[in-house]
Amino acid sequence: MNIGIEHYLVLSAILFVIGAYGVIVRKNLIIVLMSLELMLNAANLAFVAFSNALGDMTGHVFMIMTITVAAAEVAVGLALLVSIYSHRESLDIDILKLLKG
Amino acid sequence: METVVFYVFAALALAGALMVITFKNPVHSALSLVLTLFSTAVLFVLLLAHFVAVIQILVYAGAIMILFLFTVMFLNLKPDALKFESKHLGFKVSILLVILFFVGYFASLGFKKGLYLSNTGASDVEGFGTVQGVGMSLFTDYLLPFELTSILILVAIIGVVVIAKKRAN
Repeated sequence: MNIGIEHYLVLSAILFVIGAYGVIVRKNLIIVLMSLELMLNAANLAFVAFSNALGDMTGHVFMIMTITVAAAEVAVGLALLVSIYSHRESLDIDILKLLKG
Repeated sequence: METVVFYVFAALALAGALMVITFKNPVHSALSLVLTLFSTAVLFVLLLAHFVAVIQILVYAGAIMILFLFTVMFLNLKPDALKFESKHLGFKVSILLVILFFVGYFASLGFKKGLYLSNTGASDVEGFGTVQGVGMSLFTDYLLPFELTSILILVAIIGVVVIAKKRAN
């Protein structure tokens, strides 16, 4: 049986949903950031699969852009995490509710 | 052959992803995420995206995950800093999300007939997925977004320095 684009898209969708689950359910800030990476990675897989199916390299360019954005996001997120941990001594995201009205 | 490689590495990617969201210890999660990213890189090779696969391993599994591991180990977490547990609301919301996503996906699948991997497109295009091909696309059609990316990184550098700096008081 040949592997079609549907296989890659289903895998991408499942990876995305696992990542979304991690972002929603987990309370450890580090693991939330990792789940975010998982979601970005799933989107990358879909980009590259479509790029192959359409014979157009634009998807690869977008994937490189996504990696750049992910790197910037991780750097800022981890800086925030270090700052939060030094203030609160915990990584529980539920303690961060100062902005609640 | 291609089928076997796809299924093996898709299973590894899924296993790694599930381990990321189930492990308590962030170090174990980070190493599982490396497994997922590496398996995805293998799938990129199957999709004839050679340059992107190398970038995935070098930048993602290399640089970004090192940053994660470095931070986790730098924080020197105490065991009771990881004790908090998840409540039930998030679980319900996420199950809802899963169902919505798959319903949306399979609904859209009906409209997406006629796309096939490699048979029509990629393998006929000269230099598909090589450094030259991606580079030509990146430095001609997408030159402006590429340059704007450097501004994004500059902003991120400044932001990180400002956020992580020790307060004077």
